Parts: sequence; structure tokens; C-alpha cells
Amino acid sequence: MTAVAPAPAKHPAALALAERHRLRLWEPLPWILAIAAYFAFPNYLGFGAELLIWILFALSLDLVLGYAGIVTLGHAAFFGAGAYTVGMLAHHGIWTEPITGLVLAAAVAAVIGLLSGLVLLRTTGLTLLMLTLCTMALLEEAANMGHDYTGGFDGLASLPISPVFGKFEFNPLYSNTQYLYVLAVLFVCFVFVRTLIYSPFGQSLTGIRENTLRMHAVGSPVRARLVTCYTISAAIAGVAGALWAQASAYVNLSALGLDRAATVLIILILGGYGRLYGAFVGAVVYMLLSHFLARLYPTAWQLGLGFMLVVIALFARNGILGIGEAMLRRLGWKRSPS
Amino acid sequence: MIFGTDVVSILLGGLSAGMVLFIVSVGLSVTMGLMGFVNLAHGAFAMLGGYVIVLAMNRLNVGFFLALALGFVVTAAVSAVLERLFYRRLYRAAELDQVLFTIGLVFIFIASITLIVGPENQPLTLPRALQGQINLGFIHYRAYSIFLVVVGALIALGLWLGFERTRIGAQIRATVDNRRMAESIGINVDRLFTLTFAFGSGMAALGGGLGAEFLGLDPQYALKYLVYFLIVVAVGGLGQVTGVFFASLLIGVLDFALKLYLPKGGTLFIFALTILLLLWRPQGLFGKKTT
Repeated sequence: MTAVAPAPAKHPAALALAERHRLRLWEPLPWILAIAAYFAFPNYLGFGAELLIWILFALSLDLVLGYAGIVTLGHAAFFGAGAYTVGMLAHHGIWTEPITGLVLAAAVAAVIGLLSGLVLLRTTGLTLLMLTLCTMALLEEAANMGHDYTGGFDGLASLPISPVFGKFEFNPLYSNTQYLYVLAVLFVCFVFVRTLIYSPFGQSLTGIRENTLRMHAVGSPVRARLVTCYTISAAIAGVAGALWAQASAYVNLSALGLDRAATVLIILILGGYGRLYGAFVGAVVYMLLSHFLARLYPTAWQLGLGFMLVVIALFARNGILGIGEAMLRRLGWKRSPS
Repeated sequence: MIFGTDVVSILLGGLSAGMVLFIVSVGLSVTMGLMGFVNLAHGAFAMLGGYVIVLAMNRLNVGFFLALALGFVVTAAVSAVLERLFYRRLYRAAELDQVLFTIGLVFIFIASITLIVGPENQPLTLPRALQGQINLGFIHYRAYSIFLVVVGALIALGLWLGFERTRIGAQIRATVDNRRMAESIGINVDRLFTLTFAFGSGMAALGGGLGAEFLGLDPQYALKYLVYFLIVVAVGGLGQVTGVFFASLLIGVLDFALKLYLPKGGTLFIFALTILLLLWRPQGLFGKKTT
């Protein structure tokens, strides 16, 4: 460092860091497309709402997996916690207002995330993987057993959810309200996650993922950061689950299972993890493929999915966005310095 | 003496289930300990073996024991090819890539078997000698369960001897403890990996066939019991043959007893116990404190 260092805001490093989270030109694009889709495909709004919920869920997983580097197989636990919170409150007539329902669901999922995170995140590797899996299985089994409260294996159907703002009703046949409601919630959550990622907190998460030992050495409170991240991610997953329960007006064991946990992992990996928009690309590609292929050829779909995973794991670790980036780079397009 | 015979019958039932669990899981434990590979496709190898065995018996009229041998050989060969071609590229990769790759493999197995054989359950008909009850002097019990307990004990003894007393066993133990040192003193770790992997998958195939009678055999087998196999390995400790043995028996008996007395909450109890145990000893009940 020389005596005449540039002012902090003009320092090349500061500029480079600021450059990384500058709002890019194309960033409004997904939202424009989402709103355009509302007008273009009025018959697919139910499907669209489901897709948006998957995006939100994958986004929450991206926070722990892509940024903090916590490999979890049990993220559906928090999705299910949120879904069952809304479902049980509505079914037993305690609370049917949707927006405060989301807040309650986030709180419940966050508490579960905090408690499990406090103990689970002391471990790493296979043990951590097993513990997240077992925690989810535990919740699933509990939901299965508590038949009087959770509806057990059959779940809770036709939940009475109040209209949004007392005005816009959730119509099971026309999903206009659901779609816009989910889109609005997704937008709020996305802005929050984006801000979080580029904050110093988010940077320290990336540091922990890249080199835990070094982060310890520079005095970063690694455990506390990981637990905080895990809790925030759990809350967002809880919101996604709550949206799912509200939009479909039912909740069942599929909210909690290994199937859902594996699917969200696949969606995120397919799009590319640790890059915010991977959740969007992955969810769109996966949902379109599964919607149109899985209905026609369910077995071939599973076979193709298997091959896709194998190929991604072996050759394309950064997902679709990673492939796109590599191709652009080869064509001479330069990514901003990072 | 009603209580006494109850205890004995629970023990026998649980032990026979535990033996199958052991035969399937031992390969998973050794490969995880040896290669540090999170192989979620292990259940798929067990399923493949089970299908080879049951189909050979039902469609080709092969005898039970010959079919078992056939299942072992076919599965070991398939897994050796997969190991040579794909698995070894991922030994040093991140855990996430290993998880993805093996989940993908599971999907491929499930879909292929659904396409080729069909989605329905494949029944296993036991040879006549193993059907019915057997008189143990103080209790009549299912002959097949007794057979499983005896076979499982023999296999465990054989594996223990192989692991502790043979040259290749010593090489495996050395590599589990310190791979670089093992390579330095001239152990061909690559070949060892392939051999161990193939043998472990072959064992899983045996377990898949032996357990098909009460676990059933349909394409979802690969995922349905995976959590159990993983729990056994995590509880027993990675790369520990004796650890997996005792963990399997423990979980087999616990599961059997709980299903009998607490049909609704039994599984919950096992998951909760596993979580507590792993928090107390992350390396498993019998694992060494190295990591």
C-alpha cells in the first residue's frame, strides 16, 4: 500500500467488488417474462404458480448449497414445515389470512432451521448428509403419525384460505390470483436474497465455502454465520411451502419427502448453483420437461433425468448457466472482471 | 415361559432382518471408508442383484443357491465396469457431485428395470427345504429366518477373517487409514478400489436376493431402503466390518421389536436415535476418532 492510495470508493478492488453486484441490463428480463406469461398463457397459470414456487424453493437451497456450501439432502423438511403450518392453522380454523400465514410459516421453519442447524452444522461431510436426511425423515414420520392434527397419510384437503387483502380470492379453477400472489412473494424474497448475497455477510459465506480454515484464521465466526444462513434459508423454504399449501389448498406428505428434496436439488443443479438465476433456469427447464414429457412417458422421463444427472455430475458441474457462460466466453464475450 | 419365547422370537426375527441389512450394507461401509465416496446407488446394486436372482429362479428355473451366485457375479461385474468408467473420475470430486451422480444412477436403474421387467413386485419362491417351520427344541420358528441368521453369521465371520487375516484385507485397512502412505509402499490402490467396490456390490446383490422374501422387490427398492443402509453405515462407522455387523443387528432387532409393539411410531424412534447417536459420536458407534 503506497502513501497516496486512491480513495476507498475509487480503489480498483472496491470498484471491482461494486461492479459484481451492479444491476445488469438483463436482470429485469425474468420478471418481464413472468408477467408476459400471465397474459400469454391464461390456461397455464396453475402450472405457472407451481413453477414459481419451485423457483423460490430452489433459491432458498441455493443460499445454503451454492453460497455457504452446506450439502443437504433434507431441505424439504423446511418446505414441509411451512406447508403444514399454513395447512394445520387453516384446517383447524385458527388462522386463514394468507400473508400473515406466510410470516407464521417462515417463523416456524426458521425455528426448526435454527434448532436443527445449531446441532447439525457442527458436523460435516457424510455425517451432515445423514443428519439432514434423518431430520427430514423424522418430520415426515411425525406428520404421518399425528393423524388428528396433520391428516396423516391422506393430508389435509380443501383448506379454507382467506382472500388476499380480503379481496382477491384463490379460485381453484382459475389461478390468476395464485400466480400474481406467488410472483409478488417471489420478487420480495428474491430482492432480499440478492441483497444478502452481495452484502459482507454473503461474501463471508462464499469465503466459508471456499476455505473454511482460512475463514477461521481471519477471525470469521464460521459456525454462527452458517447457522444464520441455514435459518434464513429455512425461513424462505418455509415461505415456499406455505405458498404451495395456499395455492393448491391442500397439504400432504409429499411436501416433506425425499422426492421433493431430491427434485429441488436437481432443479438447482440443472440451472447452476451459486449463481442466483440458476434457480430460475433450472425450474423452468425441469418443470417444462417434466410437464410435457413425464405425463406421456413417465419411465422414459426418469431414465432421461438419470442420464442428465450423471452427465451434469461428470461433465457440466455448473449447470445450464455454466454451459451458457462457457459458450459465450468462447465466442469472445468477456465477463466483467471478478 | 410365554415371555421367554416372545423374546426369542423377536430376537430371531430381528437378527434375520439385521443379517440381511448387514450383507447389503457392508460393501457400502467399506467403499465409503476406503474411497470416501458417498454412494447412494448402493441400494440400486442390491436391487439389481435381487432381480437377477429372482428372475433367474422364476423364469429360467435356476436353483436358489446357483441364482445367488449368479446375482453376485453379474452385479459385481456391472459395478466393476461402472467403477472403472465413471466412479473413479469422481473420487476426488466434491461430495455434491458424488451425490448427484449416484442419484442419477439410481434413477437410471429404476427406470431401466421398470421398462425391462415391469413395475410390479417380483415374488421370491423359496426352495422347499427352507420353507415352513423348524423345531429348535424350545421353539418352532420359520426355517428361512434361522437360515438367514446362520448364513449371515458365516458371512460375517468370513469377512472378518478376510479383513483381518489376509493380505488383501491388510491392504484395505492400510488404505482406509492412510491412502497416500499405502500408495507409497506400493499397494496398487486403483486395483484395490475396483476389487473392493465389485465385491461390496456383489455382497449387496446377495443381500438383495436373500432379503427379497420379506423386503419385497420392485423398482422403488433402490430408494425405499437406502435410508436404512445409510443409517447402518453411519451408526457402525465407516470402513468397519465389525461395526456394521453390530449396527445392523442392533437396528434389525430394534426395528422388528418396535414394529411389533409400537407399529405407528417405530421408525420415528429409530431416526431420532440415529440423530442423537451421530451428534454424540459423529464417527459412529465403532468408528475411530480420526476426522
